[in-house]
Amino acid sequence: MDWWRRFRQSFLLYSFLRDSVAIACSLILIVLVLVSFLAPLIAPHNPYDSSSIDILNAEMPPMWMDGGSPEFILGTDSQGRDMLSTLLYGMRVSIIIGCLAVLMQAFIGVVIGLISGYLGGRIDSFLMRMADVQLSFSTMMVAIFLGAIFQEAFGVGLYEQFAVPMLVIIIGLAEWPQYARTVRASVLAEKKKEYVEAARVIGLRAQRIMGRHILPNTVSPVLVISTVQVANAIMSEAALSFLGLGMPVTRPSLGSLINSGFEYIFSGSWWITLFPGIFLVLLILVINLLGDWLRDVLNPKLYKG
Amino acid sequence: MNPTPPLLEVKNITKHFDISGGFLEKLSLENMRPVLKKTVVHALNDVSFSIIAGETFSIVGESGCGKSTLGRAVLGLYPPSSGQIYYYGTRIDVLNAREMLPYRRKMQMVFQDPYASLNPRMKVEQTLMEPVLFHNPAITMLEARDLVSEIMEQVGVDPLWASRYPHEFSGGQRQRISIARALMVEPEFIVADEPISALDVSIQAQILNLFMEAQETRGLTYLFITHDMSVVKHISTRVAVMYLGTICELARTEALFTRPRHPYTQALLSAIPVLGTKKARHIKLKGEVPTPIDLPKGCVFHKRCPHVFARCREEVPLLAEYDSGRLLACHGVEEGRI
Amino acid sequence: MQHLLQLEDVVIRFALRFGDLTAVDGVSFALDKGQRLGLVGESGAGKSVTGFSIINLISKPGYIASGRILFEGRDLAHLDEEEMRDIRGNRISMIFQDPMMTLNPVLTIGEQMVETLLAHRKFTEDECRDRALETLRKVHIPSPEKRLSQYPHELSGGMRQRIVIAIALLADPALIIADEPSTALDVTIQAEILDLLLELCESEKTALILITHDLAVVSQVTETIAVMYAGKIVELGSTEAVIHTPMHPYTRGLINALPGSVHSERRLNQIPGMMPSLMTIPPGCSFHPRCEYRMEVCRHQVPDLRYYESFGREVACHLGEGLFGRSS
Repeated sequence: MDWWRRFRQSFLLYSFLRDSVAIACSLILIVLVLVSFLAPLIAPHNPYDSSSIDILNAEMPPMWMDGGSPEFILGTDSQGRDMLSTLLYGMRVSIIIGCLAVLMQAFIGVVIGLISGYLGGRIDSFLMRMADVQLSFSTMMVAIFLGAIFQEAFGVGLYEQFAVPMLVIIIGLAEWPQYARTVRASVLAEKKKEYVEAARVIGLRAQRIMGRHILPNTVSPVLVISTVQVANAIMSEAALSFLGLGMPVTRPSLGSLINSGFEYIFSGSWWITLFPGIFLVLLILVINLLGDWLRDVLNPKLYKG
Repeated sequence: MNPTPPLLEVKNITKHFDISGGFLEKLSLENMRPVLKKTVVHALNDVSFSIIAGETFSIVGESGCGKSTLGRAVLGLYPPSSGQIYYYGTRIDVLNAREMLPYRRKMQMVFQDPYASLNPRMKVEQTLMEPVLFHNPAITMLEARDLVSEIMEQVGVDPLWASRYPHEFSGGQRQRISIARALMVEPEFIVADEPISALDVSIQAQILNLFMEAQETRGLTYLFITHDMSVVKHISTRVAVMYLGTICELARTEALFTRPRHPYTQALLSAIPVLGTKKARHIKLKGEVPTPIDLPKGCVFHKRCPHVFARCREEVPLLAEYDSGRLLACHGVEEGRI
Repeated sequence: MQHLLQLEDVVIRFALRFGDLTAVDGVSFALDKGQRLGLVGESGAGKSVTGFSIINLISKPGYIASGRILFEGRDLAHLDEEEMRDIRGNRISMIFQDPMMTLNPVLTIGEQMVETLLAHRKFTEDECRDRALETLRKVHIPSPEKRLSQYPHELSGGMRQRIVIAIALLADPALIIADEPSTALDVTIQAEILDLLLELCESEKTALILITHDLAVVSQVTETIAVMYAGKIVELGSTEAVIHTPMHPYTRGLINALPGSVHSERRLNQIPGMMPSLMTIPPGCSFHPRCEYRMEVCRHQVPDLRYYESFGREVACHLGEGLFGRSS
């Protein structure tokens, strides 16, 4: 296979195999993603099935503590749900929202960045000022604002039903300028290169030059910020859920889990908050470390210099 | 007069680039009053020439003289600020993209930097096929592929390598691929912007030979842009010498090299290092090339000219015809002082 | 008699992920006081690496694998960083293609010149200033007092290169290594810079190593020429003799490939193929796949650089003197 041979000889693989941090991080990430997506198969309980939850099991500590039960390895939450199962399901929700939100950001941002960078002039000024305005509000503020509006407009019940797409849209709309600016910067650099002029000499139309010639050459920076953005999006989702604007308690994400345990932390049930917190930190950390590694590898200035 | 119009005719073309940036950068204070100031680069000032079918017309000059801008303006990559461009008598600078398409097939370009002129994410085959498929939508993939192999063979790149990416080729091979891309649509006219200056000496000869072979077999006309005088001497039919966006001398190659008449051409030719001859004293020019932002009044060359005269500081010299088709813009020659 | 600089069988390797690459393979030459040598070759021939190796400026994965670099009796290949600093910019100066590689954009010309001087001399501020002005005059910079307080970006390319030459001259070096000093400049400016280099080397009795790809430039400035191909010197001799009667097929090919050189016919004499990359250097003579005179022996035996008395030069070719009498 041609691509397989190319991949095996690539600098990417070579530097990956030499970087123990990158290897460890990707292993952890793969495990986390696998267990969360296989949650329905491997989780001991189904937290979405309210018939299987017994309120009498509420706030049981982890199994190695007094009062713990081997049935609930990491204990239970205030409603009697198994912490481990809830956690795995919650992580799945977080990862899905994070990735979808980044896809949305990337789509909006790449399109705007391409148009802005390639056409330049007034369109460029207008789009970039829009991005500036968007960036001058913090992501959280925009998200809370949009979240509150949506919740008000659709009613809490409906909002909770469509919480996942809502969160995707909210986080997607809040962070597109990151992509738009990165893509615009690399479009400006690529646009000056002679292969773009060659395409114009052929007579190709602007859309085709943007899509076929410039876009593929902006992939590396987009990949790099995507990793960081996935981590950010998961973080934003957790924060929104923590503030009560995100996933409902019945279908918790890591953020809403942390939130739901927060009330009980002083009554001694620290595990409801701590375990989702640890997983959230771990997830964000490995994604960011991988992102750093990818940036170092894909940035030609750092290794060719 | 010649009954058939020349292949390309450029009339009084000027190109200004506004580099003043946004509103705030333009704003400045003058006599305590805010005014909007534009910073304009005068890349081309009133340039006229025509190219006859079948010849190699070279434009030489030092960096910043506007020679690359001129090449790109001819192809419509930079729309000229004023002036007209005619292709076999049809005015092409006012055409829109769709009307321009038939001319795009006839006029192609080869670029300077072989590392930037091929899209790194496209296979050689894709790069070469793109212009063909775009201009002949009726062609089948099989025919297009055959054409790619044929042209690759002609420019001396093994067609078996068609499915490779540009980074797997050396600079010289990439330049061959660049030439192949230009030849794919069977053009009549090719603008070559410093096509060999980024290459090694032994490769330069190969590429120049390729250019000359393609010209012989396909009857091509070239607009050859370069700063290398020995290359110009070797391949061109006629040469135009540019300085600060103006043509100072235009003549047949032998005439220009045996008897340069414009003071700038004389200085330029005397400065070329010649293999194996100890340095003959070259003509030293005073000062430095002024920026094309504030052009000097009068003759653009007057600040450095060894034969400067009062009239040169005031009046712009116009191109006038001298011996055997030589065009020259110099008051000194006109008045018989030089 | 001791030479000013003598390279003995210098080998430079680059440690890469798939093993070591030999960039310079056994280069030897000698240079006397005030002598000017041109190191000519195409990109990748190892000419710049050879030049950098003399002042130990080879950038990271590269290293000097073996050989001696004797300069004024000391072996530069084995000096530590401290001792090397004492030689760099003091006894040996370097001029790069891009003046902005040498000039610091945020310091004035004066500050940079004083800094260079103070690094090697115990001068007072006034002495430094005088010396700087004197050197600026030497490189024919108009109104030198004004230049001292200017920043590099305020000057034109040609003027910057003059400043770089002035800085190189500050400490009265015995040797200047110039790596493509005029390549980035326009023809008219290039002619002036070359004139200046020649004039200064003659008046100051400074030795010069001029690294360039341009045979014409070398032929105007230097007395000796060393032609490099794929990491080796293939021909070394007096510039005039080498240019007029090249003995190595590669040198001959290079000269004949120049437009407007010997031949008046339209088609240029091209050397087929291209220089091998360091990874794919063929066995035997590295030029043999491109050579029109190749013989069986060229395929597996590396030719030594031999001295030919009657021609006054060293050539690495199995044909040896045999190339004469053969028309190209």
